[in-house]
Amino acid sequence: MLAKRIIPCLDVTAGRVVKGVSFVELRDAGDPVEIARRYDEQGADELTFLDITASSDDRGIIFRIIEQVAEQVFIPLTVGGGVREVQDVRNLLNAGADKVSINTSAVVNPQLVADASARYGSQCIVVAIDAKQTAPNKWEVFTHGGRKATGLDAVEWAKKMQNMGAGEILLTSMDKDGQKSGFDLALTRAVTDALEIPVIASGGVGNLQHLADGVKLGGADAVLAASIFHFGEYTVQQAKQFMAQQGIEVRL
Amino acid sequence: MVDIAVVDYGMGNLRSVQQAVRKVAPNADIAVTGEAAVIASAGRVIFPGQGAAPDCMREIRSRGLDRVISDVIREGKPFLGICMGLQVLFEHSEEGDTPCLGVFSGQVRRFASGLSDAQGNKLKVPHMGWNQVHRGVNPQLPQGVETVALPPTGGKLEGGTTPEHPLWSGIEQDARFYFVHSYYVEPRDPGLVQATSDYPRPFVCAVAKENLFAVQFHPEKSAAAGLKLLQNFINWNPA
Repeated sequence: MLAKRIIPCLDVTAGRVVKGVSFVELRDAGDPVEIARRYDEQGADELTFLDITASSDDRGIIFRIIEQVAEQVFIPLTVGGGVREVQDVRNLLNAGADKVSINTSAVVNPQLVADASARYGSQCIVVAIDAKQTAPNKWEVFTHGGRKATGLDAVEWAKKMQNMGAGEILLTSMDKDGQKSGFDLALTRAVTDALEIPVIASGGVGNLQHLADGVKLGGADAVLAASIFHFGEYTVQQAKQFMAQQGIEVRL
Repeated sequence: MVDIAVVDYGMGNLRSVQQAVRKVAPNADIAVTGEAAVIASAGRVIFPGQGAAPDCMREIRSRGLDRVISDVIREGKPFLGICMGLQVLFEHSEEGDTPCLGVFSGQVRRFASGLSDAQGNKLKVPHMGWNQVHRGVNPQLPQGVETVALPPTGGKLEGGTTPEHPLWSGIEQDARFYFVHSYYVEPRDPGLVQATSDYPRPFVCAVAKENLFAVQFHPEKSAAAGLKLLQNFINWNPA
């Protein structure tokens, strides 16, 4: 049976892994290549790197990091942040990424998702959605690292992205991100039920029960977490064992 | 002449395959190449591929690689197909109604949408993630695949005596490999089937015949089990 995936997420800026609370207050977590290797050893199913570098001068750093990780770690690598055109997708794939995550640019130019998917296959195009609750069972898509409202409904937007060729949705609750109080399960459930493609739940994991809830209650195909792994609270292996005890199929 | 040619026809990311092969064969001369002459003279050939079947076939044909692929398979060179490199070996793909290379008879079909697992959760397409690879022929293969007997040269019956294919050496039965695909192969000849996986019904995820081995999953992204399979391929000397 297909296993539910656990995906540690590495937010990278200026060559370091950092972690913020609700998209601000960054805290240093270490060297990305070292951290990637550690999670691979712990049995991570995939790794996601988000380049949150503000300055375009530092754009080259993520390529060197991905190149180094891809030489040592043989699990799928997703890279996102600053992807604006098909050429950016190509460059990241050439550096060793297996999937490229597109967020703001998908909103600015939805055709990018269609073009990149047609060129490289939907299997390598992840659309990242940052969503904020605006009313009961209503979530709005935000872009530019959560700073800009779009007026788009998150569930409708996810469906549109699926239809334009996304192979997977990385769904982050901005309300929950960094709060350590668990995923926005209603959001996760609403999006996963509306789609045929896999959904990765993100934002809010503070303990292992939260990961299990994302799968069992949220219906997520994969769960993504950062700080619970970065700061040594839990290993990926512990997370998997916990999920297995809850009857969730995982790769042990 | 290179030791290992990774066939490049412009579809998808070959860097991962190259890196993984380099990891298991650090001293080998590896070429990622679309040149027929280099492929024809290589010691062994890896045929990966990602993307949609119509694009893959168009690129393979426009680069004149269809001929050399058939030739190296026929000549007995060790050949490993991965993902699209498995699918396009068959006659026809439902994806874009595409005629393929026809090395084997059989079809490539799409996973039905709207299926659920035993817990009632919707099964997503693409089938993406780590799934178990079960060696031998699953007796419950879906319609269209007649699997009544195992071939004398491949697979192993439960408790049987047929030697297992060398590419599985050192890999546990039902080990998990990383998959990402929306289509699967349905070989007409059950004797080709090396392994199946379930989603939710069994589908064929590995085939073999003589010097050819081809898998639906991505060994280059399947951690230790995947590297082991690649290493077995590098060391494989089919009779």
